[in-house]
Amino acid sequence: MTGVEAVPWAAGLPASEPERLIFERSSPGRRASTMPDPGELPEAHPEQALPAWARRTAPVRLPEVSERDLVRHYTRLAHRNYAVDLGFYPLGSCTMKYNPKVAEVAAALPGFARLHPAQPAEQVQGALELLARLEHALCELTGLAAATFQPAAGAHGELTGLLLIRAHHEARNDPRRRVVIPDAAHGTNPASVRLAGFEVTTVASGPEGLLDLDALEAVLGDDVAAFMITNPNTLGLFERNIARVAELVHGVGGQLYYDGANFNAILGKARPGDMGFDVVHLNLHKTFATPHGGGGPGAGPLVVAEHLADFLPAPVVVRDGDHYRWDSDRPRSIGRVHGWNGNFGILVRAFAYLLANGGDGLRGVAERAVLNANYLLGRLEAAYQLGYPSKPVMHEFVLSARRQKGQGARALDVAKGLIDRGFHPPTVYFPLIVEEALMVEPTETESVETLDAFADAMLDIAAQAEADAHQLHQAPVTAPVGRLDEARAARNLVARWHPPPEPEQAGSDPDDEGPPDKPTS
Amino acid sequence: MLATLGLDDVDELFRPIPAELRAPAGLDLPRPHAEQEVATELARLAGRNRHLDELTCFLGAGVYDHYVPAAVWYLAGRGEFATSYTPYQPEMSQGVLQALFEYQTLISELTGLEVSNASLYDGASAVAEAATMAVTATRRGELLVSGAVAPRVRELLDTYSRGLDIKLVEVGALDGHTDLEEARGKAGDQTAALLLAQPNFLGVVEDVGAAARVAHHAGAKLLVSFDPLSAGLLEPPGRLGADIVVGEGQALGNHPNFGGPAFGFLACGSEDVRRLPGRLVGETLDTAGRRGYVLTLQAREQHIRREKATSNICTNQTLNAIAAAVYLSWLGPGGLEELGRLCLRLARYAADRLAAIPGVSLAFPGQPFVKELVVRLPADPAEVCRRLVGHGLLAGLPLAGLAPGLADGLLVAVTERRTKADIDRLAEAMATVLAELDAGEAEEVAR
Repeated sequence: MTGVEAVPWAAGLPASEPERLIFERSSPGRRASTMPDPGELPEAHPEQALPAWARRTAPVRLPEVSERDLVRHYTRLAHRNYAVDLGFYPLGSCTMKYNPKVAEVAAALPGFARLHPAQPAEQVQGALELLARLEHALCELTGLAAATFQPAAGAHGELTGLLLIRAHHEARNDPRRRVVIPDAAHGTNPASVRLAGFEVTTVASGPEGLLDLDALEAVLGDDVAAFMITNPNTLGLFERNIARVAELVHGVGGQLYYDGANFNAILGKARPGDMGFDVVHLNLHKTFATPHGGGGPGAGPLVVAEHLADFLPAPVVVRDGDHYRWDSDRPRSIGRVHGWNGNFGILVRAFAYLLANGGDGLRGVAERAVLNANYLLGRLEAAYQLGYPSKPVMHEFVLSARRQKGQGARALDVAKGLIDRGFHPPTVYFPLIVEEALMVEPTETESVETLDAFADAMLDIAAQAEADAHQLHQAPVTAPVGRLDEARAARNLVARWHPPPEPEQAGSDPDDEGPPDKPTS
Repeated sequence: MLATLGLDDVDELFRPIPAELRAPAGLDLPRPHAEQEVATELARLAGRNRHLDELTCFLGAGVYDHYVPAAVWYLAGRGEFATSYTPYQPEMSQGVLQALFEYQTLISELTGLEVSNASLYDGASAVAEAATMAVTATRRGELLVSGAVAPRVRELLDTYSRGLDIKLVEVGALDGHTDLEEARGKAGDQTAALLLAQPNFLGVVEDVGAAARVAHHAGAKLLVSFDPLSAGLLEPPGRLGADIVVGEGQALGNHPNFGGPAFGFLACGSEDVRRLPGRLVGETLDTAGRRGYVLTLQAREQHIRREKATSNICTNQTLNAIAAAVYLSWLGPGGLEELGRLCLRLARYAADRLAAIPGVSLAFPGQPFVKELVVRLPADPAEVCRRLVGHGLLAGLPLAGLAPGLADGLLVAVTERRTKADIDRLAEAMATVLAELDAGEAEEVAR
């Protein structure tokens, strides 16, 4: 079956026809690049200009292709990739909303794209004004005081925030060793905690999928640097006791960290600062609709309360009347976390999104995101169990395929069944506290027709699991490739292409040269 | 939809948020704008910046004004790539996965090392990731850092080192290159790695082979931050003994973007692959025996390994890495070499022209360079640069405060986008500006 919003595979290429690697399209002497005429420039021979120990001794094996080959190759690869521009992408916790195109046009303006980061402030007043205005808006939306734009992604923001919390405690001669996180936290949280030099203490969720205050209190102590949490949490539930949590954490001298992965749910409706959070990172590629780029670039600005502002990475943008400048004289700063100013091009897109929506529009974003999630949940909950029974949910919800598992189809099979029905699957097997988890985040940008088509596909899969789960094990059958052997990829690592052995050598003893795809470990 | 849910008002869905935690009215945020108004306002802000089509750029220091061919963002910017995400479902993400597999192969070729990951945030954070790998691999806690590594990179390392408990030990620069004798003296049984840049911050080409011998003699690793476009001329560091090669990928088909987005790359030998940070794409087969690509060795990563992960990185810079794959395929082996030779020719011409100006000299005469060099000026380089903007020129980066003993230094970068005429114009304008400043000073002295 194909829903109205589902994407039939093989619109471009026959699904079974593989696209060769660019290296396998290579033909000696072909070339796309051209170089400008050097004119009357004096010659400079590398043999004379560079010592022998520095010079290249063998050619670099880049592919030799014409521009026509190059364009066809990557266009064909594009046809083998699903995306928000093609259809519904309810990947939970990733906020795969539609990305408005005016932001792309703006970011590509030479006045932004062709700025060198070391240009003096007086040459880049427009860029600095944009940063200052975006910072102000993020402070308004979070209820906090100051921001840095250096972090390039959410996890980068986490590390920055934790280093800043570390500096805060050290400045008070009160170094602390532990950071507490819930068991439902994103994997980046514990990894960032360790990178910032802290130990992780995990606190279990209560039966309703919310924080267990007693459990939290039991692990808090005067060696706790921070408590790190998303709100709504990774089950899509708002932590209604958050103000009490803030009291408890602040009571032992800890800082409260807000992982902004789920900020889309409360945009303009509630503010982390008002809940007692001291540090917030935002994922602008999620909440502010910048394209996810196949896995980045994103932007993970960090917004902090007044008492932490001095520790922000330097430099920061400062406004003096109508003039903007960089302030590098920040003696308490933790220092740099990015070589330059973070992913500025993403910040331009986020600013365009901010302007387009305005304050009222952003509030509407949260409202439609939450409405869409609850509507979709309503259509699915008879066929799939809700991981934790609490309702209403916020912007996302976590189903469990445990009923389908009993019938012989796991969450992974449901996901692959969705691919055959033309949809990107939800996030699977996360959070870890839900068995056979399917984490669904529809976002505000999807129409009711799309949500219905997706729900129909999910119900169809549930029916198939009940009737003949085995069929789902074969899915996907319409994608460019069938299920891929991930164990093989890890066991027999092939992380790059190798040229095939020379024919004569291969003829004499192919084992000497190794197979073309020589394992690397 | 509301009716289906039995609701009158969407606000009822927000009832889990206690009333006292609702956002106050009247937040100071913009009003909604029509698309046309957004475009106009963004164009106004862009118009308040003086960009590299208006000013002739000799500014480098890690971000370079190389030509970005039309095909690069025509392809990388396609919605199928740009609006997808991390390929968690490989069957519907073969495009991104295969492009990244090609990217990994290309980086492996440029660096001379077997395995490249699928990108990091930028060149500076890539250095910190490499340092973490070296510390884990050697179980040693000291990093020898060349003073000829860019100050921004050293600042970032300093920030990261506080969480990682890495001790940074600086090795000085001598005549523009890393003092390997000093490195030899400082390397010991606590040294995890020696870090240098190729070419270094001052544009000088380092003897990577000699540095590798110093590091390996102490049982340490050699980390090299490499300008990937110099691979048309220079031997890949991996072939000279470097164990981990990282770098800034901006020059590979990415616009300067005011410093980002571009990407960082990281490559290592097979022995370090399980310590690799971030995403890695591997080849495999599907149920029908067809070749395909997946994210692999995920047991290293945060979403599986949590606090025991090799890194916290999740979202990286995939689209910029795809742009690099397109760019390098556009370039081809002939283009890479020709580009290197052209930059070398232009840079040497610039060195000759600038050093011929009275009072101007090369800071490191006789030291090899490929596209960037330091000149000493007889007047404050910041003031000279300020005046040269009036001539439509971004002359370079004044080094006061950035490199010891080079308060009079100016770091000048020359890419293939510059012409002989541009260099002539820079030399003439600089001579004029220096003469003005000299006359001004004489006048002051006379008064």
